[in-house]
Amino acid sequence: MGSATSELPSQRTPLADDAETGLKIVVVGGFGVGKTTLVRSVSEIRPLNTEEVMTQAGQGVDETAGVERKTTTTVAFDFGRISLNQRMVLYLFGAPGQERFWFLWDRLFSGTLGAVVLVDTRRMQDSWYAIDRLEHHKTPFVVAVNRFDGDESRFSLQEIRQALALGDHVPMVDCDARVRASGKEVLITLVDHLYAMALSQERTP
Amino acid sequence: MNNKPVDVGDPDRLYTVTGGRSEADDTFDLVTLIVSECEPTAGMQSEHVRILELCRHPTALVEVSAELKMPITVVRILLGDLHDMGRISARHPRAAASVASLPETALLQEVLHGLRNL
Repeated sequence: MGSATSELPSQRTPLADDAETGLKIVVVGGFGVGKTTLVRSVSEIRPLNTEEVMTQAGQGVDETAGVERKTTTTVAFDFGRISLNQRMVLYLFGAPGQERFWFLWDRLFSGTLGAVVLVDTRRMQDSWYAIDRLEHHKTPFVVAVNRFDGDESRFSLQEIRQALALGDHVPMVDCDARVRASGKEVLITLVDHLYAMALSQERTP
Repeated sequence: MNNKPVDVGDPDRLYTVTGGRSEADDTFDLVTLIVSECEPTAGMQSEHVRILELCRHPTALVEVSAELKMPITVVRILLGDLHDMGRISARHPRAAASVASLPETALLQEVLHGLRNL
């Protein structure tokens, strides 16, 4: 799976000059679950890779004198892009679910529309932490089960819902992250969910 | 000449690029779209030149970061400088009223429409 960084001289596809609104959706999941694959299958550009570095200095330590005592945490993530229309562009981020990543959540993903938790049924425990953190951040999400070729067990969505202790309000969907139509369906499931939530909020003064 | 990209694993090098600063405010979101307001000029810091070239068309901060191979924080600092000098403009995402608030239904409908047309 790995990340699909393009090292070629980038053939950049620029956005429309009218583009004015950027939106974010985050795909979270354990290592090798297929985040990059999902991003690639729906993106209009080859997924790009970047990172954020968080430097923690001791409190009150002078900026220059404290250089040796700084600890640096690096979190890498990849992303793709979907131009929704001339003005709106959706960025899709594939983000690792590990612990250090969540320190950076607010700095990177505040204001995100929502999240997709991508689940591999062979390693469902990898998803628990991500689900817990998304609930903590009050980020709406859906759970997409990436059905690999070798998914022999074929747990039903209901069984997976129980294993993940997911409430009934969280939509679940089967997907094949390699297939564009399937990745698109996952995104639509999320935005449908957001729409239903927003609608009920607007109706409740 | 050293043509290698900046080693993002070396914080000291990054402090050089940003003139010693390591903290950026969050004015620029990952998906804030940046647009150049001028052409690069002689003597400009090379990173500024790259940004002005990249952003001839609207370009999200995160794409600038990926193209420059520099962490988000460093790019935020560089963009802040260019913005203060009036050399770029920024199209920010519509701000949510609070962290947990949902976007408007009208916006979500547009998103759905765009996704269905993929």
